[in-house]
Amino acid sequence: MIEIKDLHKSYQMGSNSLHVLKGIDFNVEAGELVAIMGSSGSGKSTLLNILGMLDVADSGEYLLDGLPIKNLNETKAANYRNKFLGFIFQSFNLINYKTALENVALPLYYQGVGRKERQEKALKYLEQVGLKEWSHHLPSELSGGQKQRVAVARAMAAEPKVLLADELTGALDSTTSYEIMDLIQKINDLGNTILVVTHEDDIAHMCKRIVHLKDGVIVEDKKIEQVRASQYVQ
Amino acid sequence: MFDLERWQEIFETIRKNKLRTFLTGLSVASGIFILVILLGFGQGMRNGIAHEFEQDASTSVWVWPGVTSKEFKGLNPGRRIQLRNENYSKWNEQNTARIEYNSARIFVRDVSVTYGNEALVYGVRGVHEDFQFIENSRVSEGRFISYSDLVNTSKVIVIGNKIKKDVFGHLDSPIGEYVDISGIPFKIVGVFKEQREREEETLYIPLTTAQRVFNGGDRISNMSYTLPMAENFDQAVAQAVVFKDELKEYLSQVHTVHPEDDSALEVWSALEEAKRYYSLTGNIKFFFWFVGICTIIAGVVGVSNIMLIVVKERTREIGIRKALGAKPWSIIGMILHEAVFITAFSGFLGLIFSMLLLELIGPHVEVDYIMNPSVDLNVALTTVFVLVLSGTVAGFFPAWRAANVQVITALRDE
Repeated sequence: MIEIKDLHKSYQMGSNSLHVLKGIDFNVEAGELVAIMGSSGSGKSTLLNILGMLDVADSGEYLLDGLPIKNLNETKAANYRNKFLGFIFQSFNLINYKTALENVALPLYYQGVGRKERQEKALKYLEQVGLKEWSHHLPSELSGGQKQRVAVARAMAAEPKVLLADELTGALDSTTSYEIMDLIQKINDLGNTILVVTHEDDIAHMCKRIVHLKDGVIVEDKKIEQVRASQYVQ
Repeated sequence: MFDLERWQEIFETIRKNKLRTFLTGLSVASGIFILVILLGFGQGMRNGIAHEFEQDASTSVWVWPGVTSKEFKGLNPGRRIQLRNENYSKWNEQNTARIEYNSARIFVRDVSVTYGNEALVYGVRGVHEDFQFIENSRVSEGRFISYSDLVNTSKVIVIGNKIKKDVFGHLDSPIGEYVDISGIPFKIVGVFKEQREREEETLYIPLTTAQRVFNGGDRISNMSYTLPMAENFDQAVAQAVVFKDELKEYLSQVHTVHPEDDSALEVWSALEEAKRYYSLTGNIKFFFWFVGICTIIAGVVGVSNIMLIVVKERTREIGIRKALGAKPWSIIGMILHEAVFITAFSGFLGLIFSMLLLELIGPHVEVDYIMNPSVDLNVALTTVFVLVLSGTVAGFFPAWRAANVQVITALRDE
């Protein structure tokens, strides 16, 4: 699903050049649930941004489902993001004046889906994350866990090839974190490919594979025995 | 523009951001409102001044003799100039083609006017038959002094409408009544009306009668003319100036007056005065436009400012939308579409409100020099258009910048 070869990225910080990614080689198969770990400054967020086409690599190759992601202009990048990728952020990033339903429906709006179909689909995904009753509430009326569920539903709504989650439990307490991870695992069970960036060990161990990043290179890449989050959830 | 989905998206945004929408709208609406009111009063002032001027025939020329102030050909200054019948008739003979109406006037002094036992303290003037056209008076009853009155030196009199009301109020009509002037009865043959009541406090008798009966000899007090209308205003003014200058030259010669002695002979042309007034109203119009354009600029700056803040405030939202796959142009389009809709809507609201106000109170405004303030609809529409356009242009750049900001940067914006 994702193929990366010799990826480099550096940032210009004044007169100094900060080499963040120093040649990453990395493949993800369809249906995988991968945790990308590393301390802050290890380059994990940069990697995720490049994977999410929110940032551009200096050199190297990136194939998404066989499609080379290279020299994209803004419009094309927007198109690919819309069709292929779903984002889940640490700070939820819901639009605060739109209801849960409208937030979930937004990626479908940019896909050109009609209003009625949009709402039906959005409601379906809200139901999947267990928030059907909350569909007409504003984000400010939801708890952190609920907001993240809405964000997950929104990421799912576009039916993307890959879900990218950046510290998705970073702003949540551990119980809520496990609930969200339970949801992520269930979505993964349905066959969706998911990448999770995290620095929390327990969250990483709820994935099927852990990629360890340190100083811009992959130091460890191992398949693990998945810990089911459902055992922590009542 | 006609994308229903886009409209729904925008209405949703507007509905859920009422305060922001209201403030943007308010600044646009009030800008338009102030501008229209200002322009309206500028026009009102023009109307008022034009109205002040309609009282005398617009092409009239008057001669007022005075006292010489310059020595000329051995004659001392301080000499009083007296116009005579021959000055009047000779000038008229030479200039028939250039004159529309002409009349001399004499102030009849040292006479007592009575009606029955009642003493009337009104001025008595001897005039020719055309005088009513020069003064722009309207005959409301009976007739004015006629040519045959002048030939026959008839003892007839025409009274102002104010006199009719004050003295003959108890009668259905004053026509046929007699007024005594220094014991000589004059028959009332007509009543005239003027724009101002003050000017209706006058009694007109035939000039010839005034001269013969009241010891006037061949003396006259004023000469007055109206000139035929020219094709346009400037030509009319030019004509009047030539006429006036030649008339003055002629009278100066006849009375041996220094050609540059302005106090001896004053020749006054309404058109020349009119021109002065019109250039004044031109200046006033310019001033109001100047103020109006400054108001528009202030409005444009205000709208631009608000657009900038709105876009800044929405940076994070724009980042989210981009992450979800919004194309840059769809974001620019969304922001501008909203901006155009709000500015246009509130602009027209301000326009309608101010026009309504002008329509309602305009006709009731009757201050000196301000009359019926109103505004040209085209001008008003143009200003709304300009404001909407400038709001769009002002909104475009921040929108464009915001749409091209890196998603990560935008999402980090708090």
